[in-house]
Amino acid sequence: MTETINPKRGVPLWVQIVIWLFVVALLALVGVTLGKRQQGTVQPGDSIPDFTLPLFSGYEYEGQNEVKLSAFKGKLVVINFWASWCKPCEQEAAELQEAWKYYEPSGGVVFLGVDYVDTEPEARAYLKKFGITYYNGPDMGTKISQMFRVRGVPETYFIDQSGTLYYVKVGPFISVDEIKSIIDQKLQ
Amino acid sequence: MKKFLYILAFTLLLSLFTRVVFAQDPTPSDDDVNAVAHQLYCPVCESTPLDVCPTEACRQWRDLIRQQLADGMTEDQIKQYFVDNYGARVLAEPPKQGSYWLFYILPPVIILAGAILLFRSLRTWTKPVAAPADNSAARSEPPKDDYVSQFEEELKKRK
Repeated sequence: MTETINPKRGVPLWVQIVIWLFVVALLALVGVTLGKRQQGTVQPGDSIPDFTLPLFSGYEYEGQNEVKLSAFKGKLVVINFWASWCKPCEQEAAELQEAWKYYEPSGGVVFLGVDYVDTEPEARAYLKKFGITYYNGPDMGTKISQMFRVRGVPETYFIDQSGTLYYVKVGPFISVDEIKSIIDQKLQ
Repeated sequence: MKKFLYILAFTLLLSLFTRVVFAQDPTPSDDDVNAVAHQLYCPVCESTPLDVCPTEACRQWRDLIRQQLADGMTEDQIKQYFVDNYGARVLAEPPKQGSYWLFYILPPVIILAGAILLFRSLRTWTKPVAAPADNSAARSEPPKDDYVSQFEEELKKRK
């Protein structure tokens, strides 16, 4: 007489496959997310995808209350991320406006102000305080800043006439000359 | 007198079906604001609820909530406004939609899978390994090592 031996029941193969697939997918997701967070802002040489910026009242583009980046194809575009609560942004506000007034008559350069996570009354007060006249609008749902992987404000992105990013400025500009030197290298 | 009694009875009857309504305070209190702000996170700080966030930006957002409450917006409408403007990441509780479902589904699934694995492992560990009943060969002592045998003999001699 022999004792009955229960065969050891293992986890079915398909369950093991599902579990491993699940673990691999989860690790891949974590890896991609961490990778993106470590990636920093978009880099010079990157082609910038098209986006739509809703514009504040009084800052319309050709009568429209929103504008697409592709509308400025063939022009040099300066995209400045700012916020009314951002003190360093105040340091460069006047310089940016002065630079805009300098290049505006030529028609070859466009300035876009993207208001990053802000409240409209304070944003409007800021624009009024510094007499800013170039196109400005809120970054609704932070979609644009996420696209640029903005880490803070102020950050300014220079896009050449072919739609390629060629310079990134993190932090405020020191002078108008600094802005001009970055723009002029692509205008000549 | 009869007329007075009628009016009194009518007034009492009316009072049963009506509620006293006070004039609403036009400015929501800090508690009202914080009740909504607590459900939102500062969009520019790291993991800081809006009600306790000390930055200038958060103060502006709390003022905005106060204004929205005063304008008669509901909690849900205010939260939706914040999502539209600053993205779903401002919500303390992720919305039950799209990929955000993962936040609700994954933890219980992982806990359940872990519990099942633990249960199976415990059952395996606690169950004794079954052995054949007639295994005299297996129970017999292993052959002694020569050195051990010699050592035991030496010990016997010394006794």
